[in-house]
Amino acid sequence: MIFVIFLTPVLAAQDAATILQRVDANLSSRNRVFESDMTIHSRRGSRTISSRSYAEGNQKSFTEYLAPASDKGTKMLKLDKQLWIYDPGTDRTIQLSGHMLRQSVMGSDLSYEDMMDDRSLSEMYTAVISGRGEINGQAVVILELTAKTADLAYHSQKLWVDAVRYVPLKQELYAKGGKLLKKLEMSNIKQIQGRWFPMTMLYKDMLKQGDGTEFNIRSIQFDAVIPDHIFTKASLRK
Amino acid sequence: MMSFIFKGLWRDKSRSRLPIIVVSLGVMLTVLMHAYINGFMGDAIEINARFNHGHMKVMTAAYAENAHQMPIDLALTGSDEIMSFLEREYPGLTWSERITFGGLVDIPDAQGETQSQGPVMGMGMRLLGERKDEVVKHGLASSIARGAMPQRAGEVLISDAFALRLGLEPGDTMTLLGSTMYGSMSFHNFILSGTLVFGVEALDRGSMIADLEDVRAALDMENASSEILGFFHTGFYDDDQARKLSAGFVPPPGSGDGEFSPVMHALSQQGHMGQYVNMSKVWSGYVSLIFIMAMSLVLWNAGLLGGLRRYGEVGVRLAIGETKLHVYKTMIYESILIGLAGSVMGTILGLFFAWLIQTYGIDISGMMQGASLMMPGEIRARITPVDFYLGFIPGVLSTVLGTLLSGIGIFKRQTSSLFKELEA
Repeated sequence: MIFVIFLTPVLAAQDAATILQRVDANLSSRNRVFESDMTIHSRRGSRTISSRSYAEGNQKSFTEYLAPASDKGTKMLKLDKQLWIYDPGTDRTIQLSGHMLRQSVMGSDLSYEDMMDDRSLSEMYTAVISGRGEINGQAVVILELTAKTADLAYHSQKLWVDAVRYVPLKQELYAKGGKLLKKLEMSNIKQIQGRWFPMTMLYKDMLKQGDGTEFNIRSIQFDAVIPDHIFTKASLRK
Repeated sequence: MMSFIFKGLWRDKSRSRLPIIVVSLGVMLTVLMHAYINGFMGDAIEINARFNHGHMKVMTAAYAENAHQMPIDLALTGSDEIMSFLEREYPGLTWSERITFGGLVDIPDAQGETQSQGPVMGMGMRLLGERKDEVVKHGLASSIARGAMPQRAGEVLISDAFALRLGLEPGDTMTLLGSTMYGSMSFHNFILSGTLVFGVEALDRGSMIADLEDVRAALDMENASSEILGFFHTGFYDDDQARKLSAGFVPPPGSGDGEFSPVMHALSQQGHMGQYVNMSKVWSGYVSLIFIMAMSLVLWNAGLLGGLRRYGEVGVRLAIGETKLHVYKTMIYESILIGLAGSVMGTILGLFFAWLIQTYGIDISGMMQGASLMMPGEIRARITPVDFYLGFIPGVLSTVLGTLLSGIGIFKRQTSSLFKELEA
């Protein structure tokens, strides 16, 4: 009896870890290439930015902005913890680091850190199941995640995971003090190359006014062959 | 009779020299202290007004709610039309358009890549052309440490300490990375024309001043301003007047709806400035009052002592037939003359020392390191019309009051006991 009492939380924790691994199996990949539209709903109105991105593991990523005309040609390269932005208008390559990475990308509700940190959730957080529920008629498991290391942008997260497809449908990101920093809602879940993936994500920075940023993935390809030269500084000026 | 009393005082130095010196010192300290407090408090207000708040500020209602974040996406549009309206409806103020923004200044190496960089607080204001900004009119050029004021479009000024940290020299190119009014990423190259020493820690840490039109081009803000600042022609902030103007403000028709409608705020209605303005009023009043009271007590005491010291003289004067009332009157007249002479001398000395502090200032920049509120790095006194007569309150009134009280003893004096007193 005593053995069962002690073992129950352990089993629950294992279940949470398993769920998180299944979520990672859907969201993380060796590499990916995708085209997306990011619609930013600000107080002055809405605007959409289109881009093409390449990512390899959690160390390398490259994004080229395609539209509107004012942003076209702007490129971002991330290698490990460094980020370079290239602007064709001034022909300048600017490196960002430190607290600058917490700034908003193109006025959106995403920070550079949000865009850059592609580590799997299992790698960054420990999880426990805090409940079960339903979102839009879909059964969900609610996970509470706590950071394993102190260098993460969000100390804890709350994740509503689709109990069947193992894709998060809702996510809340918290600061160390418990303050809610961001909310995400995922929808338009599609099966691509054998994995479930949310094609639409609505980000809401809770410290910012406006109606959030909608991130729509137009096309995505996992485990594609990406030429090495893409992830070099030379590709910024091309 | 006054000339007789004056001659008496002039010839008998023991009756005039010390009392006049005491009154002069008291009055001098009163005048100096008042000008000093006035200057210190007023300087902090005017520095904040010139660089940040104006005496009045017009901005959108949404911007006003988040002004500390410098949200250029909530800026005023149709700025030219609003400026025309303000100049027509409020001729007692000079109006200046401003754009305040945050960003990153990046210095390129030979390959155009980042060599050094740092966060910057930027200000766009009219540096070029005929309609120069209020800050420029108030001698921004005198704060130039290296280089010169911008002479053409594309030239900027940054704080000297910031330039040194970035390794930037006048003539070098720098890139501003910011975001446009519509949220896009903005890159703009500028040429550094000069560096500034503001003498204000909050500004010296990392600021940049560029011409308004350059900032508009960089941040995609055509005919837009974050804020329009108004300055009273007198050059000094008048809180009562400012609050009246703010309460009566009606936005020009067609200037925006709802949260983008213009609102007008007085300096004391912005951020912590209200608290500071109130504090400066109360402090200035209290400190002056306490000082005047303290000096009044000192001078009153001096008047009393003066009267008592002359107890024997009063007895002799009564013995030779002078009436008690006449003796009392002449002593009061004497105290008026001493009070006036001391007040004039003390006021001149007080004004002289206040002028020295007003002209040369006292450097307190070492104490202001790390300050987030814009405080002057130098304390300067400010001589106002009040300083020309303020010292006469303790100088004349207290001296006369002291004599009036001590002189009451004259009426209790008995001539019959005089010789007994003199023998003793």
